[in-house]
Amino acid sequence: MTVLEIRNLSVKYGSLTILDDVSFSVGGKQWVMIIGPNGAGKSTIVNAISRGAPYTGEIYFNGTDIKACKSTELARRFGILMQSSSVGYSFTVEEIVRLGRYAYSKGILSNSSKEDDYKVERALEMTGLVHLRGQSILTLSGGERQRAFLAQILAQDPELLILDEPTNHLDLVYQKQTFELINEWIENSGRSVVSVVHDLSLAKAYGTHALLLNRGRLVADGPTDEVLTRENLKSVYDMDVYGWMSDMLSQWQVD
Amino acid sequence: MYIVFSLVTLAVFLFCVCAGSVSVPVKDTVTIIVNSLLGLPIPEGMSKFIIWFVRLPRVICVALTGAALSICGAAMQGLLRNPLADGSTLGVTSGASIGAVLAIAFGITLPGLSGGGTMLMAIAFAFFSLIFILALAYRLDYSLSTNTIILIGVVFNMFAHSIVSLIITFAGEHVKSIMFWTMGSLSGASYANVLTLLIAFVICSTVILCYSRELNAFAIGEDNARNIGVNVKRVKLIIMIAVSALIGVCVSIGGTIGFVGLVIPHMTRMVTGPNHKRLLPASIFSGAVFLMLADLLSRVVLNPVELPIGVVTSFVGSITFVYIFYSSRKGR
Repeated sequence: MTVLEIRNLSVKYGSLTILDDVSFSVGGKQWVMIIGPNGAGKSTIVNAISRGAPYTGEIYFNGTDIKACKSTELARRFGILMQSSSVGYSFTVEEIVRLGRYAYSKGILSNSSKEDDYKVERALEMTGLVHLRGQSILTLSGGERQRAFLAQILAQDPELLILDEPTNHLDLVYQKQTFELINEWIENSGRSVVSVVHDLSLAKAYGTHALLLNRGRLVADGPTDEVLTRENLKSVYDMDVYGWMSDMLSQWQVD
Repeated sequence: MYIVFSLVTLAVFLFCVCAGSVSVPVKDTVTIIVNSLLGLPIPEGMSKFIIWFVRLPRVICVALTGAALSICGAAMQGLLRNPLADGSTLGVTSGASIGAVLAIAFGITLPGLSGGGTMLMAIAFAFFSLIFILALAYRLDYSLSTNTIILIGVVFNMFAHSIVSLIITFAGEHVKSIMFWTMGSLSGASYANVLTLLIAFVICSTVILCYSRELNAFAIGEDNARNIGVNVKRVKLIIMIAVSALIGVCVSIGGTIGFVGLVIPHMTRMVTGPNHKRLLPASIFSGAVFLMLADLLSRVVLNPVELPIGVVTSFVGSITFVYIFYSSRKGR
């Protein structure tokens, strides 16, 4: 079953083409990794889906053009986690997670429902943030902060998670925790994830499918093993990625 | 918390009505206000004129203006995710000033409504400024990002100040009244002003309060707001219109009163935290209290000479702001 279908997606800023005629689809219970070198247009795909960038082409979710969707309707379908960014004010973790339920509010003056409370609790539990719920977001480490925003989109209870470099700037422990958490979410919910990643090892280890982009164009699309081939990566990165990665990993082998 | 805020505001209100160049006892003040409201005779020896016709409308206007400027500042600081933002960052205050100064310099009036020309021109120019700034921002940046709006606001402020200076140069005998007005004063406030301010305040602040959850989302980040389902452009537009209309009315009545919208929400946030559900109502009370005390200072500090209230707010506000900024930096 196709969840997300993108047809002929192009994004231009003035005369500069960032994405050029990209088409792909995401099925149920898939984790699609968007990979490619800097400037390939990976984050632009996320921006277009979140309607943060003007685009041409069509984006369908379960057969509905997202241009026809209201903002709240879109938020109930997509949970989008952007690259970690600075927060200006000292909101508590719970306040940030609770905002994830915005799309479900009945009106301007409506209070949170029992379901809202349950989803917020569940998101805090899943991300291991229950003990930090009353703490200011400004006092958290980068990893904890990213988990708080992940908890927000989990509370949003979307049908599809879209993550833009979710573990950017995070150390290995947090990278592992975050990817394991997302994997668990896919297993338990049966839903799908699209994520932009730089780390090819993570893409290979966790992705069921991959999109390989270069200079705004789609180079390969399909199951991860079929996309992350030696030839494909060499053509995009202009280097023998396989040889280099194998050489790097061999440094860790114990005699 | 709101009971404490209300009691403090009421106490400061009564104190400001009683105190001044002629002090009136609290009991007499309350009697005059209650009897006047109920249409009962005022006991002999009580100065009804000072309390009922001079101080009461003035203090109510001051409280409403302080509350209005403060809630506008809090809203803008949340919307633009910038603690240094306030209504003037949009350029709305400067735009309103051009309209008001033009009205004073060229004697534009509305028949039967004292100060109506200044008010109408200030509101109209506040709106035109907003439309101009938003149109320019939209042309430069499709997403109407906050950085673009702040930058255009800064440039527009400079432009507006040059226009006001130009008008003052050719204002002839109106120079003094324009200068006094630009420094901000509510000394001649009437009940007509009270009514205008009250209507504008109730409508615009209700709109802003209704969007407190959206302001929380904006305060975390515009992308975050969009991703959780906030209609970013529509909400931004509605809040900006509410803020510009309220500031336009305040400017037309009291002139440019600086620092209230900047400093008060900043100080209030230290008590309530950044959640706009608490911050916005608390800013209303704290803004009213701050401006009532500033107005009292302007009346009594150099008695019998009265200082423009804008001078007092800028003086107290800038020192307070430097202290807050220094403390927060030092604490890092």
